[in-house]
Amino acid sequence: MVTSPDEARLAHLRRLRLAKDVMDRDWAEPLDLDAVAAHAGYSRYHFIRAFKGAYGSTPGQYLTRRRIERAEELLRSANLSVTEICSLVGFSSLGTFSTSFKKQTGLTPSAYRDRYVGRAAGVIPGCYAMLWYGGRDAPARIGGPEDSNS
Amino acid sequence: MIKGMSIVTVWVLDQDRAKAFYTEKLGLEVRTDMSIGGDGEGGGMRWLTVGAKDQPDVQLTLMVPSSPGLDPESAEALRTLVAKGVLGAGVFTTDDIHRDYEVLKAKGVEFVQEPQERPYGTEALFRDDSGNWFSFTQPREEMDFSKPWDGCVSD
Repeated sequence: MVTSPDEARLAHLRRLRLAKDVMDRDWAEPLDLDAVAAHAGYSRYHFIRAFKGAYGSTPGQYLTRRRIERAEELLRSANLSVTEICSLVGFSSLGTFSTSFKKQTGLTPSAYRDRYVGRAAGVIPGCYAMLWYGGRDAPARIGGPEDSNS
Repeated sequence: MIKGMSIVTVWVLDQDRAKAFYTEKLGLEVRTDMSIGGDGEGGGMRWLTVGAKDQPDVQLTLMVPSSPGLDPESAEALRTLVAKGVLGAGVFTTDDIHRDYEVLKAKGVEFVQEPQERPYGTEALFRDDSGNWFSFTQPREEMDFSKPWDGCVSD
């Protein structure tokens, strides 16, 4: 029951967080922004604005960032082709994947693998890697060009 | 010398709801539930702690960020962080994660990650009903480095 402005504010944040959790949980699926917004119970347009207000990047930027971070991990540790990894982390187009990957890491997927293969994350539990590192843009990238690809 | 950790604070948005969540859903027991300084609005402090039945020397104190302990700005900031889901990072352990995952899920606990194999054990992630996230882990006796540190390959 929402009875005060503070409770309404917290309920709003909770709805945004539920939608964010969908991206954290189902990032490998072909997530559609309308479906993600529906988890918050907001329209797509309102959701994008509200999410950026709370978390500092748009849902699309957040999801792309998480998928690229997963691709980085796979390139370091898994014996899979770039095309396989592209598909595994939820990109439907290799070109889009490569462009987004280079934008985030400064390297193409192949160059990244050449540089970092075999250098796994170290002794950092997966939960910390995921929730502390996974979805956040580097500060310099916030407010950068909108990524409309996912 | 330090002998261990005995009380950890978890900020929650509502103590009655948190008490129900941590006992009825997670299966912890209430250790203490008492108020000092009166029960009224802004009047006192409710000291509510829970813990695992098999671990009597460790408890969580479920605290509400509000007056009288905190100024309004600090309380609002903390409530915001909890609701946004950015706080947490404790680890609960289990001896049968696959069974307990199904039990907790059936009770409506929100999981951010289903159980996955890690070098240190099998690990899931869930949130409490305020938004705090916790790792839920069945530890291995020995590290298994054939398992990924991160959640990619097994998906």
